[in-house]
Amino acid sequence: MSITPTSPEYILPKIKVETLASLVRKGMRLSGRGLEDYRDISIELNYIPNADGSALVKLGNTQVLVGIKLEVGTPYPDAPNEGTMVVSAEFVPTASPVFEPGPPDENAIELARVIDRSIRELKVIDFSKLVFIPGKKVWNVWIDIYVLDHDGNLIDASSIATLAALLVSKMPKAEVTNEGEVKVDKSTHVGPLPINHKVVTVTIGKLKDVLLVDPDLEEESVLDTKLVVAVSDDGRIAGMQKSGMGYLTKDEVLRIIDLALRKGKEIIGIVEEYVNKYVKPQSTSSEGKD
Amino acid sequence: MGQKEGKPKLIDENGRRVDGRKPDELRPIKMQVGVLYNANGSALVEYGNTKVLAAVYGPREPQQRHMALPYRAIIRCRYHMAPFSTHERKSPAPSRREIELSKVIREALEPVVMTEMFPRTSIDIFVEVLNADGGTRTASVTAASLALADAGIPMKDLVAGVAVGKVDGVLVLDINEVEDMYGEADMPVAAAPSLGMITLLQLNGVLTHEEFKQALDLALKGIRQIYEMQRETLKRKYLEVKVEE
Repeated sequence: MSITPTSPEYILPKIKVETLASLVRKGMRLSGRGLEDYRDISIELNYIPNADGSALVKLGNTQVLVGIKLEVGTPYPDAPNEGTMVVSAEFVPTASPVFEPGPPDENAIELARVIDRSIRELKVIDFSKLVFIPGKKVWNVWIDIYVLDHDGNLIDASSIATLAALLVSKMPKAEVTNEGEVKVDKSTHVGPLPINHKVVTVTIGKLKDVLLVDPDLEEESVLDTKLVVAVSDDGRIAGMQKSGMGYLTKDEVLRIIDLALRKGKEIIGIVEEYVNKYVKPQSTSSEGKD
Repeated sequence: MGQKEGKPKLIDENGRRVDGRKPDELRPIKMQVGVLYNANGSALVEYGNTKVLAAVYGPREPQQRHMALPYRAIIRCRYHMAPFSTHERKSPAPSRREIELSKVIREALEPVVMTEMFPRTSIDIFVEVLNADGGTRTASVTAASLALADAGIPMKDLVAGVAVGKVDGVLVLDINEVEDMYGEADMPVAAAPSLGMITLLQLNGVLTHEEFKQALDLALKGIRQIYEMQRETLKRKYLEVKVEE
């Protein structure tokens, strides 16, 4: 059951709400950022040695860690020639005074599903290359999103971390034995995870009739609503989700899409820069074919 | 996922869809309000073979009293699929999908319900998908909004929903399950047409910028038609009232 939130994630003093609203109308923000600016992004790649790929992303004070694990499993009956993927998100209690231990709530589920759809629909991972025995044995790609510190815009931070982790994920060595089993050697990696496309989400908040890119927690607490737009490396829209109680006009939706397509390109560029710096000294043949 | 096995042809030589519709044509839509005896408001909505029942209870005292808000009613919303509503039996336990959809449906209705008129109360919306054939979330929004109106809860406008899809490269209105399963994109939209509010917007799939603009226009056109049917349905209920001489 989904219930109108009664205990807000963040309580902003009224005077600050008014300052924030009047600043935004003049094209400014409390943090000094421009309306279309992201906070500083930093990415630490393969932070988790035991994962097949991982990334720790800081988006301002928001921190998200994504770990990717590959395991041998069975394909879905309707897609015997494809590997599978599961995306889950945990809002860890370290991240916020209002996060409690327990199963994922609707916000964590929504976040994981929005990111899942952006990757799945765009075929970011080349699932056709993750098959050992069609219909029987394939790679299962587990993407676990761990929100460590919450200062707003968890979806974009998670999406950036997921893309970065995918781009540096490596395939464990695996062989099909004569008995039809798959033997995995996790200590040896044989190449990068096959990637077709890149995608990030761009979250744009609406406050009155002003649009804000990458809202932080203070801003999120006063937004009317927000629209999450997944943007692909070839400039298409790979998913969308209006999230929050308010509404958008058609004109606002069209403005958000224009803006998101622009910002998405920029963010994918930032992720690529980090990945290229990281990948270069090791191997040069790991980039996708796009 | 990739190209699914056994994908049927979704658009034929004459530009018709699997069920014979034109790309911008809705399925036969049926609506009825006041279908339940106990609920304060109820509605049964059918988009082709998709059948959705919505019940509204409230404004009433919240089940858990600490949930009450001093300045408005809270809205509780559950989207649930009956075990027999799908081809394979669906477990009645709430899935991740149902949890997400409960949230987006609630958020699609929040902007129109005048919750500030009923502080410290709860308005409960229960949606049961009885038969699923694509477009269940948008039919749910349409049904829930009718049930709220039937319960006499003041609203700024009705909300109607419809999903636009892209199948075999063609944008189509009100997709059914086959089109959803084998198509390239599914974009559910809900709006309060008289106020120009888009209250639900999701995209599952990939569209170019241009396709998106067309898809949004197509959805809003469909929503207008469904909205007119909602209004007729509510009026009809009162026309049927007979006065004893």
